[in-house]
Amino acid sequence: MTLPVTPSQTVGPFFGHALPYPRDWELVPEGRPGAITLTGRVLDGAGEPVPDALLELWLGRTGERGVLTRDGEGVSGFGRCATDPEGRYRFRTARPDGPYLSLQIFARGLLRSVLTRVYLEDRPDPLLDGLDPVRRATLVASGKEDTYEFDVRLQGEGETVFLDF
Amino acid sequence: MPHPPYLSPGYRSTVLRAPSQPPVAFKADPDAIELSSPVFGHQEVGSLDADLTRQHEGEPIGERIIVTGRVLDSGGRPVRGTLVEVWQANAAGRYAHAGDQHPAPLDPNFTGAGRCLTDDEGRYRFVTIKPGAYPWRNHPNAWRPAHIHFSVFGTAFTQRLVTQMYFPGDPLMPFDPIMQSIPDEAARRRLVSSYAHDVTEPEWALGYTFDVVLGRTPVES
Repeated sequence: MTLPVTPSQTVGPFFGHALPYPRDWELVPEGRPGAITLTGRVLDGAGEPVPDALLELWLGRTGERGVLTRDGEGVSGFGRCATDPEGRYRFRTARPDGPYLSLQIFARGLLRSVLTRVYLEDRPDPLLDGLDPVRRATLVASGKEDTYEFDVRLQGEGETVFLDF
Repeated sequence: MPHPPYLSPGYRSTVLRAPSQPPVAFKADPDAIELSSPVFGHQEVGSLDADLTRQHEGEPIGERIIVTGRVLDSGGRPVRGTLVEVWQANAAGRYAHAGDQHPAPLDPNFTGAGRCLTDDEGRYRFVTIKPGAYPWRNHPNAWRPAHIHFSVFGTAFTQRLVTQMYFPGDPLMPFDPIMQSIPDEAARRRLVSSYAHDVTEPEWALGYTFDVVLGRTPVES
Protein backbone atom coordinates (compact mmCIF):
# COMPACT_ATOMS: atom_id res chain seq x y z
CA MET A 1 0.00 0.00 0.00
CA THR A 2 1.25 3.45 -0.85
CA LEU A 3 -0.67 6.42 0.51
CA PRO A 4 -0.40 9.76 -1.27
CA VAL A 5 1.68 12.22 0.69
CA THR A 6 0.19 15.30 2.34
CA PRO A 7 1.34 18.44 0.49
CA SER A 8 3.42 21.09 2.20
CA GLN A 9 2.28 24.66 2.81
CA THR A 10 4.18 27.70 4.03
CA VAL A 11 4.77 28.25 7.74
CA GLY A 12 3.45 31.79 7.12
CA PRO A 13 4.38 34.91 9.07
CA PHE A 14 2.47 34.20 12.28
CA PHE A 15 4.14 31.19 13.91
CA GLY A 16 5.84 33.32 16.56
CA HIS A 17 3.28 32.66 19.30
CA ALA A 18 3.32 28.91 18.63
CA LEU A 19 6.59 27.32 17.52
CA PRO A 20 9.34 29.10 19.48
CA TYR A 21 9.71 27.94 23.08
CA PRO A 22 11.91 28.98 26.01
CA ARG A 23 15.63 28.32 25.39
CA ASP A 24 14.80 26.65 22.09
CA TRP A 25 18.12 27.84 20.60
CA GLU A 26 20.20 26.41 23.48
CA LEU A 27 20.97 22.79 22.70
CA VAL A 28 23.48 22.86 25.58
CA PRO A 29 23.51 24.93 28.78
CA GLU A 30 25.58 28.08 28.98
CA GLY A 31 29.18 27.44 29.96
CA ARG A 32 29.25 23.81 28.92
CA PRO A 33 32.81 22.85 27.93
CA GLY A 34 33.16 22.30 24.21
CA ALA A 35 30.00 24.21 23.28
CA ILE A 36 30.05 26.14 20.02
CA THR A 37 27.94 28.99 18.71
CA LEU A 38 26.50 28.71 15.23
CA THR A 39 25.16 31.97 13.88
CA GLY A 40 24.41 33.64 10.57
CA ARG A 41 21.77 35.33 8.50
CA VAL A 42 19.00 34.21 6.20
CA LEU A 43 18.95 36.29 2.99
CA ASP A 44 16.55 36.46 0.06
CA GLY A 45 17.24 36.77 -3.68
CA ALA A 46 17.80 40.53 -3.38
CA GLY A 47 20.30 40.02 -0.57
CA GLU A 48 17.82 41.39 1.95
CA PRO A 49 17.47 39.79 5.38
CA VAL A 50 14.57 37.41 5.97
CA PRO A 51 13.22 38.55 9.35
CA ASP A 52 10.49 35.95 9.66
CA ALA A 53 12.27 32.64 9.10
CA LEU A 54 12.39 29.73 11.51
CA LEU A 55 15.46 27.49 11.60
CA GLU A 56 15.73 24.02 13.08
CA LEU A 57 19.05 22.40 13.91
CA TRP A 58 19.43 18.64 14.29
CA LEU A 59 22.50 16.81 15.56
CA GLY A 60 21.33 13.30 14.75
CA ARG A 61 20.45 12.05 18.21
CA THR A 62 17.89 13.25 20.72
CA GLY A 63 20.30 13.51 23.63
CA GLU A 64 19.44 13.66 27.29
CA ARG A 65 18.54 17.28 27.94
CA GLY A 66 14.95 17.31 26.75
CA VAL A 67 13.92 18.66 23.37
CA LEU A 68 11.17 21.00 24.59
CA THR A 69 11.83 21.28 28.32
CA ARG A 70 15.60 21.98 28.44
CA ASP A 71 15.76 20.86 32.07
CA GLY A 72 18.72 18.50 31.88
CA GLU A 73 22.39 19.44 32.02
CA GLY A 74 23.52 17.49 28.98
CA VAL A 75 23.03 17.87 25.26
CA SER A 76 19.80 18.14 23.30
CA GLY A 77 20.03 17.14 19.67
CA PHE A 78 17.40 19.59 18.48
CA GLY A 79 17.10 23.36 18.48
CA ARG A 80 14.90 26.01 17.00
CA CYS A 81 15.51 29.70 16.34
CA ALA A 82 13.38 32.40 14.72
CA THR A 83 15.36 35.07 12.88
CA ASP A 84 15.54 38.61 14.25
CA PRO A 85 14.73 41.79 12.23
CA GLU A 86 18.20 41.57 10.63
CA GLY A 87 17.56 37.99 9.54
CA ARG A 88 20.03 36.66 12.09
CA TYR A 89 19.78 33.40 14.01
CA ARG A 90 22.03 31.71 16.55
CA PHE A 91 22.37 28.37 18.26
CA ARG A 92 24.51 27.26 21.18
CA THR A 93 25.22 23.61 20.50
CA ALA A 94 27.59 20.75 21.04
CA ARG A 95 29.84 19.73 18.19
CA PRO A 96 28.23 17.02 16.09
CA ASP A 97 29.64 13.48 16.17
CA GLY A 98 30.33 13.73 12.44
CA PRO A 99 31.47 16.60 10.22
CA TYR A 100 28.14 18.34 9.76
CA LEU A 101 24.87 19.46 11.36
CA SER A 102 21.48 19.32 9.65
CA LEU A 103 19.65 22.62 9.22
CA GLN A 104 16.07 23.07 8.07
CA ILE A 105 14.60 26.46 7.17
CA PHE A 106 10.95 27.54 7.12
CA ALA A 107 9.60 30.98 6.13
CA ARG A 108 6.75 32.92 4.71
CA GLY A 109 7.18 32.59 0.96
CA LEU A 110 8.73 29.13 1.25
CA LEU A 111 5.93 26.77 0.30
CA ARG A 112 8.07 23.88 1.45
CA SER A 113 10.94 23.91 3.93
CA VAL A 114 14.52 23.69 2.64
CA LEU A 115 17.03 21.29 4.14
CA THR A 116 20.77 21.83 4.11
CA ARG A 117 23.95 20.82 5.93
CA VAL A 118 26.39 22.92 7.89
CA TYR A 119 29.93 21.53 7.62
CA LEU A 120 32.25 22.89 10.30
CA GLU A 121 35.27 22.44 8.04
CA ASP A 122 35.96 21.67 4.40
CA ARG A 123 37.07 18.06 4.04
CA PRO A 124 36.65 15.09 1.72
CA ASP A 125 32.99 14.10 1.90
CA PRO A 126 30.55 12.22 -0.34
CA LEU A 127 28.18 15.18 -0.60
CA LEU A 128 30.76 17.99 -0.82
CA ASP A 129 32.88 16.12 -3.35
CA GLY A 130 29.95 15.97 -5.78
CA LEU A 131 29.56 19.76 -5.90
CA ASP A 132 31.42 22.37 -7.92
CA PRO A 133 33.71 24.58 -5.80
CA VAL A 134 31.39 27.59 -5.70
CA ARG A 135 28.41 25.60 -4.56
CA ARG A 136 30.53 23.48 -2.23
CA ALA A 137 31.59 26.61 -0.37
CA THR A 138 27.97 27.41 0.53
CA LEU A 139 27.86 24.40 2.86
CA VAL A 140 31.03 25.15 4.82
CA ALA A 141 30.75 27.41 7.85
CA SER A 142 33.44 30.00 8.41
CA GLY A 143 34.78 30.42 11.88
CA LYS A 144 37.38 29.68 14.38
CA GLU A 145 37.62 28.28 17.86
CA ASP A 146 34.09 28.13 19.16
CA THR A 147 32.08 30.46 16.90
CA TYR A 148 30.94 29.50 13.42
CA GLU A 149 29.16 31.66 10.86
CA PHE A 150 26.82 30.17 8.27
CA ASP A 151 24.54 32.27 6.07
CA VAL A 152 21.58 30.80 4.24
CA ARG A 153 21.01 32.41 0.85
CA LEU A 154 17.63 31.28 -0.39
CA GLN A 155 18.03 32.46 -3.98
CA GLY A 156 20.47 33.91 -6.49
CA GLU A 157 24.19 34.56 -6.20
CA GLY A 158 25.77 32.26 -3.66
CA GLU A 159 22.53 30.35 -3.30
CA THR A 160 22.91 27.73 -0.59
CA VAL A 161 22.84 24.10 -1.70
CA PHE A 162 19.58 22.53 -0.56
CA LEU A 163 19.18 18.79 -0.44
CA ASP A 164 16.70 16.25 -1.72
CA PHE A 165 17.18 12.80 -0.25
CA MET B 1 5.14 15.46 -6.63
CA PRO B 2 2.34 16.52 -4.29
CA HIS B 3 4.15 19.59 -3.02
CA PRO B 4 3.83 23.07 -4.50
CA PRO B 5 6.75 24.39 -6.57
CA TYR B 6 8.88 26.82 -4.60
CA LEU B 7 8.25 29.54 -7.17
CA SER B 8 4.51 30.24 -7.33
CA PRO B 9 4.27 33.88 -8.46
CA GLY B 10 0.59 34.13 -7.52
CA TYR B 11 1.89 33.98 -3.94
CA ARG B 12 4.06 37.07 -4.09
CA SER B 13 6.44 36.24 -1.25
CA THR B 14 7.81 33.28 -3.20
CA VAL B 15 9.35 35.51 -5.89
CA LEU B 16 12.46 36.48 -3.91
CA ARG B 17 12.53 33.50 -1.57
CA ALA B 18 12.14 30.48 -3.84
CA PRO B 19 15.48 28.77 -4.50
CA SER B 20 16.34 29.12 -8.21
CA GLN B 21 18.31 25.86 -8.32
CA PRO B 22 16.68 22.50 -7.81
CA PRO B 23 17.61 20.71 -4.60
CA VAL B 24 20.66 18.48 -4.99
CA ALA B 25 19.61 14.84 -5.06
CA PHE B 26 21.84 12.98 -2.67
CA LYS B 27 21.88 9.30 -1.86
CA ALA B 28 22.31 9.31 1.87
CA ASP B 29 24.61 6.83 3.51
CA PRO B 30 23.03 4.83 6.34
CA ASP B 31 24.78 7.02 8.90
CA ALA B 32 23.33 10.27 7.56
CA ILE B 33 21.85 12.16 10.49
CA GLU B 34 18.86 13.24 8.40
CA LEU B 35 17.55 9.68 8.67
CA SER B 36 16.63 10.25 12.31
CA SER B 37 14.48 12.77 14.09
CA PRO B 38 14.03 13.89 17.70
CA VAL B 39 12.26 11.53 20.08
CA PHE B 40 9.93 13.37 22.44
CA GLY B 41 9.14 12.39 26.01
CA HIS B 42 5.58 12.48 27.29
CA GLN B 43 6.73 14.58 30.24
CA GLU B 44 7.73 17.29 27.77
CA VAL B 45 4.17 17.97 26.64
CA GLY B 46 1.54 19.19 29.10
CA SER B 47 -1.81 17.42 29.31
CA LEU B 48 -3.69 20.64 28.56
CA ASP B 49 -1.49 21.62 25.61
CA ALA B 50 -3.90 19.95 23.19
CA ASP B 51 -6.96 21.87 24.40
CA LEU B 52 -6.78 25.39 23.02
CA THR B 53 -10.04 26.32 24.75
CA ARG B 54 -8.64 25.86 28.26
CA GLN B 55 -5.46 27.89 28.23
CA HIS B 56 -6.95 31.01 29.88
CA GLU B 57 -9.35 32.06 32.63
CA GLY B 58 -12.42 32.08 30.43
CA GLU B 59 -13.60 30.33 27.32
CA PRO B 60 -12.74 31.69 23.89
CA ILE B 61 -15.45 33.06 21.63
CA GLY B 62 -16.28 30.91 18.63
CA GLU B 63 -17.53 27.60 17.37
CA ARG B 64 -15.95 24.86 19.51
CA ILE B 65 -14.48 22.05 17.39
CA ILE B 66 -12.54 18.82 17.78
CA VAL B 67 -9.83 18.14 15.20
CA THR B 68 -8.41 14.63 15.15
CA GLY B 69 -6.66 12.29 12.77
CA ARG B 70 -3.68 10.04 12.29
CA VAL B 71 -0.10 10.63 11.26
CA LEU B 72 0.91 7.84 8.87
CA ASP B 73 3.89 7.00 6.73
CA SER B 74 3.38 6.39 3.05
CA GLY B 75 3.13 2.67 3.78
CA GLY B 76 0.07 3.34 5.93
CA ARG B 77 1.90 2.61 9.18
CA PRO B 78 1.14 4.84 12.17
CA VAL B 79 3.85 7.29 13.21
CA ARG B 80 3.80 6.89 16.98
CA GLY B 81 4.86 9.39 19.62
CA THR B 82 5.63 12.12 17.15
CA LEU B 83 5.10 15.78 17.94
CA VAL B 84 2.21 17.58 16.27
CA GLU B 85 2.04 21.36 16.72
CA VAL B 86 -0.86 23.54 15.60
CA TRP B 87 -1.50 27.27 15.46
CA GLN B 88 -4.31 29.38 14.10
CA ALA B 89 -6.22 32.66 14.09
CA ASN B 90 -9.10 33.22 16.49
CA ALA B 91 -12.77 33.10 15.50
CA ALA B 92 -12.57 36.68 14.21
CA GLY B 93 -9.61 35.89 11.96
CA ARG B 94 -6.92 37.51 14.12
CA TYR B 95 -3.67 35.92 15.30
CA ALA B 96 -2.31 36.54 18.78
CA HIS B 97 0.86 37.79 17.08
CA ALA B 98 2.24 41.32 17.20
CA GLY B 99 2.69 41.35 13.43
CA ASP B 100 -0.97 40.74 12.64
CA GLN B 101 -2.50 44.14 11.81
CA HIS B 102 -5.94 42.89 10.75
CA PRO B 103 -8.47 45.16 12.53
CA ALA B 104 -10.45 42.31 14.06
CA PRO B 105 -10.69 41.78 17.82
CA LEU B 106 -8.17 39.79 19.79
CA ASP B 107 -9.69 37.25 22.16
CA PRO B 108 -8.12 37.41 25.65
CA ASN B 109 -9.10 33.79 26.15
CA PHE B 110 -7.48 32.43 23.02
CA THR B 111 -3.82 32.15 22.10
CA GLY B 112 -4.33 29.69 19.27
CA ALA B 113 -1.34 27.39 19.78
CA GLY B 114 -1.34 23.72 20.83
CA ARG B 115 0.72 20.57 20.67
CA CYS B 116 0.48 16.87 21.44
CA LEU B 117 2.21 13.56 20.80
CA THR B 118 0.55 10.94 18.63
CA ASP B 119 -0.60 7.76 20.38
CA ASP B 120 0.17 4.14 19.45
CA GLU B 121 -2.19 4.36 16.48
CA GLY B 122 -0.55 7.56 15.27
CA ARG B 123 -3.57 9.53 16.43
CA TYR B 124 -3.63 13.15 17.59
CA ARG B 125 -6.58 15.14 18.94
CA PHE B 126 -7.07 18.86 19.55
CA VAL B 127 -9.98 20.81 20.98
CA THR B 128 -10.12 24.35 19.67
CA ILE B 129 -12.44 26.88 18.07
CA LYS B 130 -13.00 27.27 14.36
CA PRO B 131 -10.64 29.93 13.00
CA GLY B 132 -11.97 32.84 10.96
CA ALA B 133 -10.92 33.86 7.46
CA TYR B 134 -8.75 36.96 7.27
CA PRO B 135 -7.49 39.45 4.69
CA TRP B 136 -3.87 39.75 3.62
CA ARG B 137 -2.00 42.04 1.25
CA ASN B 138 -0.90 39.60 -1.43
CA HIS B 139 -3.23 41.19 -4.03
CA PRO B 140 -6.37 43.36 -3.97
CA ASN B 141 -9.18 41.82 -1.93
CA ALA B 142 -7.04 38.83 -0.89
CA TRP B 143 -8.48 36.61 1.84
CA ARG B 144 -7.09 33.44 3.36
CA PRO B 145 -9.60 30.62 3.77
CA ALA B 146 -10.03 29.46 7.36
CA HIS B 147 -7.12 27.16 8.20
CA ILE B 148 -5.14 25.56 10.99
CA HIS B 149 -1.35 25.35 10.62
CA PHE B 150 0.16 21.92 11.31
CA SER B 151 3.78 21.03 12.07
CA VAL B 152 4.68 17.32 12.17
CA PHE B 153 8.05 15.66 12.82
CA GLY B 154 8.00 12.00 11.74
CA THR B 155 10.86 9.57 12.20
CA ALA B 156 13.39 11.21 9.85
CA PHE B 157 14.35 14.86 9.58
CA THR B 158 13.69 14.52 5.83
CA GLN B 159 10.01 13.81 6.63
CA ARG B 160 9.53 17.05 8.53
CA LEU B 161 6.30 18.63 7.33
CA VAL B 162 4.62 21.97 7.88
CA THR B 163 1.25 22.36 6.21
CA GLN B 164 -2.22 23.87 6.59
CA MET B 165 -5.58 22.19 7.13
CA TYR B 166 -8.66 23.72 5.52
CA PHE B 167 -12.39 23.28 6.16
CA PRO B 168 -14.85 21.60 3.80
CA GLY B 169 -16.99 23.89 1.69
CA ASP B 170 -14.95 27.04 2.31
CA PRO B 171 -15.75 29.32 -0.66
CA LEU B 172 -12.38 31.08 -0.39
CA MET B 173 -10.28 28.04 -1.32
CA PRO B 174 -10.41 28.57 -5.12
CA PHE B 175 -9.20 32.16 -4.67
CA ASP B 176 -6.26 31.37 -2.38
CA PRO B 177 -2.85 31.39 -4.09
CA ILE B 178 -1.25 29.49 -1.21
CA MET B 179 -3.59 26.53 -1.46
CA GLN B 180 -3.74 26.81 -5.26
CA SER B 181 0.06 26.66 -5.45
CA ILE B 182 -0.40 22.90 -5.23
CA PRO B 183 -0.79 21.92 -8.88
CA ASP B 184 -2.70 18.68 -8.43
CA GLU B 185 -6.35 18.95 -7.49
CA ALA B 186 -6.41 15.61 -5.69
CA ALA B 187 -3.42 16.74 -3.65
CA ARG B 188 -5.18 19.98 -2.73
CA ARG B 189 -8.21 18.01 -1.57
CA ARG B 190 -6.00 16.12 0.88
CA LEU B 191 -5.54 19.37 2.81
CA VAL B 192 -9.29 19.72 3.34
CA SER B 193 -10.54 18.18 6.57
CA SER B 194 -13.78 16.17 6.66
CA TYR B 195 -16.73 16.85 8.88
CA ALA B 196 -17.13 13.73 11.05
CA HIS B 197 -20.41 13.21 12.84
CA ASP B 198 -18.94 10.37 14.89
CA VAL B 199 -16.28 12.73 16.21
CA THR B 200 -18.85 15.40 17.01
CA GLU B 201 -19.77 15.40 20.71
CA PRO B 202 -23.47 16.02 21.45
CA GLU B 203 -24.19 19.45 22.89
CA TRP B 204 -20.48 20.22 23.00
CA ALA B 205 -18.39 20.44 19.81
CA LEU B 206 -18.33 19.67 16.07
CA GLY B 207 -15.82 17.09 14.86
CA TYR B 208 -13.39 17.22 11.94
CA THR B 209 -10.86 14.62 10.81
CA PHE B 210 -7.58 15.25 9.03
CA ASP B 211 -4.94 12.60 8.38
CA VAL B 212 -1.33 13.50 7.62
CA VAL B 213 0.79 11.22 5.42
CA LEU B 214 4.53 11.82 5.57
CA GLY B 215 6.92 11.20 2.71
CA ARG B 216 9.18 8.20 2.40
CA THR B 217 12.37 8.20 4.34
CA PRO B 218 15.47 7.80 2.16
CA VAL B 219 15.97 4.21 3.33
CA GLU B 220 12.49 3.24 2.14
CA SER B 221 12.90 4.65 -1.35
